[in-house]
Amino acid sequence: MEKSFFHHALSIREDICTGCSICMRVCPTEALRIRDGKAKLIGDRCVDCGECYRKCPVHAIIISQDDFSRIFDFSHRVALIPAVLHGQFRHEVSMAEISAVLRSLGFTWVYEVENGAGILKTAIEDLMTIRTLPRPLISTYCPAVVRLIQVKFPSLIRNFATIKAPLEMAAFYCRKVLRDKGAHNAEIGVFYVTPCAAKIAAVKSPVGEESTPITGVINMDFIYNKINRTLRNKGEFGSDKGHSTSVSPESLTWSLTNGEAANVDGRTMAIDGMNNVIEFLEKLENDEISGVDYLELRACDEGCAGGVLLSSNRFLVAERLRNKARNLLVAQQRECADEFPPIENYHDYLMSKVNTTEEIKPRSMYRLSVDRDEAMRMMKRSRRIMCWLPGTDCGLCGAPSCLSLAEDIVRRRADLSNCVFIRETNQEKRLMARETSSRIMKRTWGENNFEKNCNKKGAENESN
Amino acid sequence: MSFEFKVEGGDFTHAGYASSQVKKMLKQLGVDSNIIKRVVVCLYEAEVNIVAHARSGVIYVALEADYINMRLVDSGPGIPDIPLAMQKGYSTASKEVREMGFGAGMGLPNISANADSFNISSVPGTGTTLDITINLNSAF
Repeated sequence: MEKSFFHHALSIREDICTGCSICMRVCPTEALRIRDGKAKLIGDRCVDCGECYRKCPVHAIIISQDDFSRIFDFSHRVALIPAVLHGQFRHEVSMAEISAVLRSLGFTWVYEVENGAGILKTAIEDLMTIRTLPRPLISTYCPAVVRLIQVKFPSLIRNFATIKAPLEMAAFYCRKVLRDKGAHNAEIGVFYVTPCAAKIAAVKSPVGEESTPITGVINMDFIYNKINRTLRNKGEFGSDKGHSTSVSPESLTWSLTNGEAANVDGRTMAIDGMNNVIEFLEKLENDEISGVDYLELRACDEGCAGGVLLSSNRFLVAERLRNKARNLLVAQQRECADEFPPIENYHDYLMSKVNTTEEIKPRSMYRLSVDRDEAMRMMKRSRRIMCWLPGTDCGLCGAPSCLSLAEDIVRRRADLSNCVFIRETNQEKRLMARETSSRIMKRTWGENNFEKNCNKKGAENESN
Repeated sequence: MSFEFKVEGGDFTHAGYASSQVKKMLKQLGVDSNIIKRVVVCLYEAEVNIVAHARSGVIYVALEADYINMRLVDSGPGIPDIPLAMQKGYSTASKEVREMGFGAGMGLPNISANADSFNISSVPGTGTTLDITINLNSAF
């Protein structure tokens, strides 16, 4: 049997949720429902893309992170930061300055994740020479896309390029360097400053790997606020003399759209945005697309610059980061402190770690039952139910579409009388009492939403 | 269960709809992804054949727990020499169709290779009928 759930970094705070159903309508895998006036997550369907988090008007969806003070449990405290963090600050703020601020917060080593991308370039090149592998190879960089393919496009799992992400490479390197200097593994804490929920979920329950070199995750918005505050209070902060990075300009923009595909030979494509990715994978699965060698797919528009935990505008972040990369190129600036040997010195060690070790398994969200005959009966029933549902996708039943309600009904997660159209018809035919109908409505949307409330968004005395 | 999908000749924009619908149903039934792929390849190739060559056509899908049967009936020019059309690389597709990435002459051979049972009959001047059956239980 396939594993029944993923670890989810996203959760809903029921004390804040108003049951407005915006999240339910934007979820690309239809993983949310409204019950008792609150949004409920169907864990098996959620891929942690974070669209709900992005759109929630009352911030009721939260992304769990590790407690910051946990870093002090370790004598070596490594902050692994994605380059998009740098892209959030004005151009005058250098990477070394950000590093200095982070060290003042308690980290002993600040290292850009993208340092780990150079090795992947070699690993992808190696994979591309293997003629027997299916084409296109699909990048496993974006964990939301990996999960999307597991639940929605299981036949494409065989196309995955079975290599790790820059994050893991950078983490292995940092651990190895510190161990070589005499530190014990248990004394090293490697903390990832994450731009999204999917990366957290991937660290907490890795797909395609049995263990992870990363100790914990800290959300990027939290770090961004801390850095911003420090910079604004102190004005000029000074550079971190020990800041070591040997990241190349091509690697620095790896997390942006086409950052990865541009480094791969052959016919490559880069697609960003959850709905664009889904549309393309649908075609790929139908065999409508041929001759593509490598596919970079990212859940967020503009790649990680559009990550849900970034505080700045994604286009600005991407532009600033490209600028920083260009400047690296012009100055041939290879900031590299003597303290740490550059990552290139560990090429062979990292190449031995680059392949994913566990098979990525399908977890179809469509399957109605493990028993084929039962699944057939359920499908027939669902189609019969569709004859009666209006097809308006109004969402008043607490499901995002009529089709999803029909499936919920045959999965015994909902009832035909959840549909307001069915209830109207039944009342007209005097088959249902008015009170019954309102009771059902209130059970879905909660008693509160039927009372006057002038504090809600857009109302007379709006207050939150 | 049985379904019908109408196909308009020349309308490449909407080609692939039937394949996507059938694909979702097979996923709901929990059919092995390799078998789904074979079904989808057959159906898509056959659908594109109608779009590329015929005036119009209808796809009749019969879906049961252990097999799927797809009958594609078109009104079009028909195929005068079926053995020739079955050869890999043979195509009568127009230049325009080829420029859109279709008409490589792999359609019918591909269908035949992926189907468990495949029948083709054609009356020149009237139309062509394809009958494709794929077993949903066993691996290929």
